[in-house]
Amino acid sequence: MEFFADFFRNLYETTGLNFVIFYEEYEAVRFVNAIWTSLKLIVICLIFSLVVGIVGAWAQGAKSRVVRLGMAGYIQFFRNTPPFVQLLFFYFVVGTTLERAGLMPLVDEGGWTEPLIGNFGWAVISLGFFAGAFNVEIFRSGIEAVPTATREAAEALGYTRLKSYIYVVLPLAFRVCLPALNNNLVNLLKTTTLAYAIAVPEMMYTANQIWSDNVNVPEMMLVLFIYYVALVGVLVWLMHRWERKMRIPGYG
Amino acid sequence: MPGAELPVLLPPAPPARAQGDARFGLKARHGLYIAVLFALATGAAQAASDAGLPGPFETLLKWVPFVLKGFGLNLVISFFAMLFGTIAGAALGLMQISLLAPVRSGSWLVTQFFRNSPWLVLLFAIMLLFPFELDFGFVVVPVPDWMKAVIGFSLPIMANISEVVRGAVQSLPSGQWESAESLAFTRGQTLRMVILPQCIKRMIPPWINWYCILAMATPLASIMGVEESVTYTAQALNAEGDRPELIWPFYLFLLLIFFAYTYPIARWSIRLERKFLVKT
Repeated sequence: MEFFADFFRNLYETTGLNFVIFYEEYEAVRFVNAIWTSLKLIVICLIFSLVVGIVGAWAQGAKSRVVRLGMAGYIQFFRNTPPFVQLLFFYFVVGTTLERAGLMPLVDEGGWTEPLIGNFGWAVISLGFFAGAFNVEIFRSGIEAVPTATREAAEALGYTRLKSYIYVVLPLAFRVCLPALNNNLVNLLKTTTLAYAIAVPEMMYTANQIWSDNVNVPEMMLVLFIYYVALVGVLVWLMHRWERKMRIPGYG
Repeated sequence: MPGAELPVLLPPAPPARAQGDARFGLKARHGLYIAVLFALATGAAQAASDAGLPGPFETLLKWVPFVLKGFGLNLVISFFAMLFGTIAGAALGLMQISLLAPVRSGSWLVTQFFRNSPWLVLLFAIMLLFPFELDFGFVVVPVPDWMKAVIGFSLPIMANISEVVRGAVQSLPSGQWESAESLAFTRGQTLRMVILPQCIKRMIPPWINWYCILAMATPLASIMGVEESVTYTAQALNAEGDRPELIWPFYLFLLLIFFAYTYPIARWSIRLERKFLVKT
């Protein structure tokens, strides 16, 4: 570890390439915290968007016309407006209004209070709903690949609509839509950088702070690029493994 | 065996439709619903505002030309970024199907790099690392912020168009190449006269789709201080002072102009896709 730090300190002294995050403790702690926050943000957003997708695809097949129209409206709205403005809308408009109306519960943080849904929470909600709108469509295309006969067979065995969705339709549909899901989740991962705009201390935001303090923009930019390309690589690798594992022999 | 039918599962659907579902088309009357909802929101804000001040609706109306002026810059950025991105992307895409292995792998690497980096990071990189003026020796060309934003947005577009081109060329049956070869076409001639004319059709729907994504990404430029619609909206709200009831109509208006612009384009791309699907 010491050798590692010395190498980068040496690199700075000899070439001027300032990778400050690798040899100065203060910046290193900042950097590690940023990794942690951004991973947390990404994972929670991914899970939230999947839940939105699964529930939404179920709601799309609802008997009630109002529910179906509501889903269609939600999807079209979130797909055809800029995700960045959505984020600002949630954080500045919805968040501020709730706080002013006194509807936002406050959490005691030991000495000061924080709103229950802060900038991190709004980032998750906004990005989750944004990616969720795409996920609903993706899951629907998978559900369409499950023939009515299969659903009817489940019904004949006494499954309710919800149970047949959970135990019969969804497991089959999931396998069909994994490639499309893969694409959308990679997109969501990249979109989490938008949280920068509402000061969530994830990687983009912290990198900006570090280069503001140390004037090492090109070096931090390199670190940022490597970080995100590596994350995307890991996600794609995981999704492909999952795809292989869930493969139905003889299909597709 | 691709597309084999199982008793419990149908063959996979054709590659996911670019945008949305054809069943839920917005009609003119839906525009009315949206207008009514918007009026209700502003009406609620109207009720919440203090007497004596002009209502939110009048205030918004006053600022509409200002915000639309900003939106104009969004459009300009999106047009130029699409233009540069398409030209560079077409070249990169053709390099990806080159016969020379180093060219192929090099262009593949460039494509993957720009495709997998977040747009915001690319935008930051260009904004901070690109010089604010270009010195050609005999003439010095200043590069304003919005021009830098154009370059920043055209990079991811380039990489994605490159993939579209590669995908379209590879989606053609190899018999096309072979029959052209048997007619003594050179590789360049085959590409120019046989392959590309067929590819254009397949590339148009995803190309439009990428334009929509780009148009919706342009507000990111406001983070860098480019004076487009989001920046102008924030400025308008600041100019009106401490009036929290105004944020609803202003931000809803912002969302609505983007929706009104992208939605018709997205519908059009679905229509084109369906039209071309039947013929090929």
